[in-house]
Amino acid sequence: MLGEGILKGLAETARNFAGSFVSKERLTTVEYPEERLPLPEASRNFPFLVYDGQDWEKGLRCVACQICEKECPPKCIYIEKSKDKKPDFVGKPQIYPAKFDIDISVCMSCQICVEVCPFEAIKMNTEFELSTDDRFGGLLLDRKELAKSNEYYHQIHPTEATEVDARLAEEKAKAEAKARTDSAAKAKAAADAAAKAAAAPSKSPEGGTGTPTSAATKLPAQAAAKSPEPAAKPAEPPKTSTPKTEGGD
Amino acid sequence: MVSTLDQIFVLLKHWIVAHMPAALQSVVGVLLSVVCIIAVFPALFAISVLLERKGLGRMQNRLGPNRVGPFGILQPVADGIKSLTKEDIVPVGADRVVHFLAPVSMVAVVFMGYAVLPMGRNMTLVHMDAALLFYFAMGASTELSVFMAGWSSRNKYSLLGAMRAVAQMISYEVPLLLSSVGVVMATGSLSLDKIVEVQNQYSFGLPHWFIFTPWGLASFVLFAIAATAETNRSPFDLPEGESELVAGYFTEYSGFKFAEFFLAEYVGMLSVSGLGATLFLGGWSAPFSFLQFIPSWIWFFSKVMLSICVLIWLRGTLPRLRQDQLMNFAWKFVIPFTLLNLVDVAVWRFMGEGWARWIVCSAIVVIAYVVMVRAGMRRKNIAPRTYRYAE
Amino acid sequence: MSPTFWILSALTVFGAVAAVTLKNTVHCALAVTIAFAGLALLYLQLDAQFAGFAQILIYIGAVAILVVFAILLTRGSETPKEGIFSPSWFIGMTIAAGVFAMLGWAVIQSVHVLPHQAASPNPTVNDIGNALMGRYVLPLEIVALLLTAALVGAVIVAMHEKGESK
Repeated sequence: MLGEGILKGLAETARNFAGSFVSKERLTTVEYPEERLPLPEASRNFPFLVYDGQDWEKGLRCVACQICEKECPPKCIYIEKSKDKKPDFVGKPQIYPAKFDIDISVCMSCQICVEVCPFEAIKMNTEFELSTDDRFGGLLLDRKELAKSNEYYHQIHPTEATEVDARLAEEKAKAEAKARTDSAAKAKAAADAAAKAAAAPSKSPEGGTGTPTSAATKLPAQAAAKSPEPAAKPAEPPKTSTPKTEGGD
Repeated sequence: MVSTLDQIFVLLKHWIVAHMPAALQSVVGVLLSVVCIIAVFPALFAISVLLERKGLGRMQNRLGPNRVGPFGILQPVADGIKSLTKEDIVPVGADRVVHFLAPVSMVAVVFMGYAVLPMGRNMTLVHMDAALLFYFAMGASTELSVFMAGWSSRNKYSLLGAMRAVAQMISYEVPLLLSSVGVVMATGSLSLDKIVEVQNQYSFGLPHWFIFTPWGLASFVLFAIAATAETNRSPFDLPEGESELVAGYFTEYSGFKFAEFFLAEYVGMLSVSGLGATLFLGGWSAPFSFLQFIPSWIWFFSKVMLSICVLIWLRGTLPRLRQDQLMNFAWKFVIPFTLLNLVDVAVWRFMGEGWARWIVCSAIVVIAYVVMVRAGMRRKNIAPRTYRYAE
Repeated sequence: MSPTFWILSALTVFGAVAAVTLKNTVHCALAVTIAFAGLALLYLQLDAQFAGFAQILIYIGAVAILVVFAILLTRGSETPKEGIFSPSWFIGMTIAAGVFAMLGWAVIQSVHVLPHQAASPNPTVNDIGNALMGRYVLPLEIVALLLTAALVGAVIVAMHEKGESK
């Protein structure tokens, strides 16, 4: 009969109305600023820089290779390399970013910077309460604001951070083992090493001049190993993970 | 004592007027009543907006506004301050004069309806012979304001909203009038005071409200449907369907002009609830004879607020109709039913007192309903919704 | 001739003049509404409640809406570029003057016919209803029949068009 459905609907809403006073489980919303829902592990918002240890300036994993700066689709990252070097987590001396700014009003949270980073230095943050009354400065995060400890990274993305830590530890162990074998080899065949050392400088300046921005450790060697051609195209060598994103930059 | 409390506002007014110089007495008397109406109903508007937001929230298993003041009861104050301090934007292409006049005329006309509503014993602002006619004349005038708002904004959503609103209001004005005509036929008067007086009688402790007669119940339901459509409330809120037309005819309004439309909508709702209460629920009369010691104005306002709560409940329950469903429902179900109902009132009137008329009139209403629904279902006018392109 | 009368008649005349001189058709329709409202208030001022409210209900509530609807549906809401004066004005003026003269003549004649202290019957709505349902029931029914015929005719015209388009 006509009107039956309306009565059924009215009964349903009345049940919800009364039920919302009786049982807390019915309420689908939470009182946001006071209580919050736990964020899902995969949630992401804007990038941050990971540092190891206590001192953010010393422990910064970033080596200012500028791959992320180049890959960033909306170009929201700005990096200035340092003149001096500091040891990285392995102990190798590396350049570090003297300036690392991300304009989060431009950032589109695509995570490409995280994917291209060979050093696990940039990760996605879950922080979303970023509103500010300063329209220009407030949304331009500098090095200090971006730096977050590895513990914080573990807190927001536990699974991912554990994987990253395992990978880094493996790398470090490998590097140490290599250093050990290297030193052993050095001791064994000094003459051979001298010949290698004579060959290496002749190649590395070529790669260095061709790709002045890519200060990454393994890349110039790779680029130089492939062919002399990349020297003419400075943007080519860093594209190891995403080969076909852009033409000449 | 009882009668003093009942007549407290009337006595207060007389007392104030008596202290005025003789030349000003009539003006002051009218002004006092007008000021009271203009103060009380916007206050009720604030309360009903809060009720609506809280109630709808609860129906959707939310808490509703609860930030401003304890339990969010100061939310309307915050909203009012916000709309007063907001920038008033007039679109470049808009017709500035008409754009300005639309909300003003709407609010003015909506408040006029209160002039004839009896809000308590001896609490009618204007005792008018043709009070019901006056009320409907004022109600019909709001359509023009809606049109003015939609047309002057130079916005296609506004214009579409206005066209929808006007078509809907014209269609549902007919059943609104026809369902009220039943009451006029039964009482033999267009005066709302007289209509309340007729209903303010008791037999066996029960009142002679028109809703407790077979034709009155049918009329009341039809009146409620038509009134809901007339005030553009859900499920008949096509003119301001947020998902289709942004805000309908007042899309291009901001700041206090927007607030004026909002006010007009709710004040119109309150006034049509008051009219419904007056026509069918006995106005200011008590529901049981032993409850007559409670002041009459309390009964009137509680009936109005109860109607508002039912409207909120309906809004929380029903989805919006489609335009063709709306028109089919009005012209092919509601209007024929009101006409049949008028026949029922005539039968009731001329059968005289006795139990026979109860049976006959109930039978007429039930048969009319069954026949109308069967016919409608067969012709698919009011069938359950079919999805032609979905699925 | 109270000040109220003068104010209301000024309003009515203003509305009427605006309705024929304004450029934008929708403005004209709204101006006509002002004239209707002024007329209704004049009725009310003469204590003719029923006529006054019926005027508002029918003319403002229905006729004005119908007019604006017709304007919108026929794309007449666009403001014309050329002036509103045209040769047909003279014909219109002549007809209007003729009608006005005739009405004026009738009014002046009636003053002579009627006694000066016209008895004000002050008819209530009740009286009007009784008269309509008693003495004038036949004219009322004939008018109702006429209107029903018009309504049915309009529906048939509309239905015919719909059938053809299918």
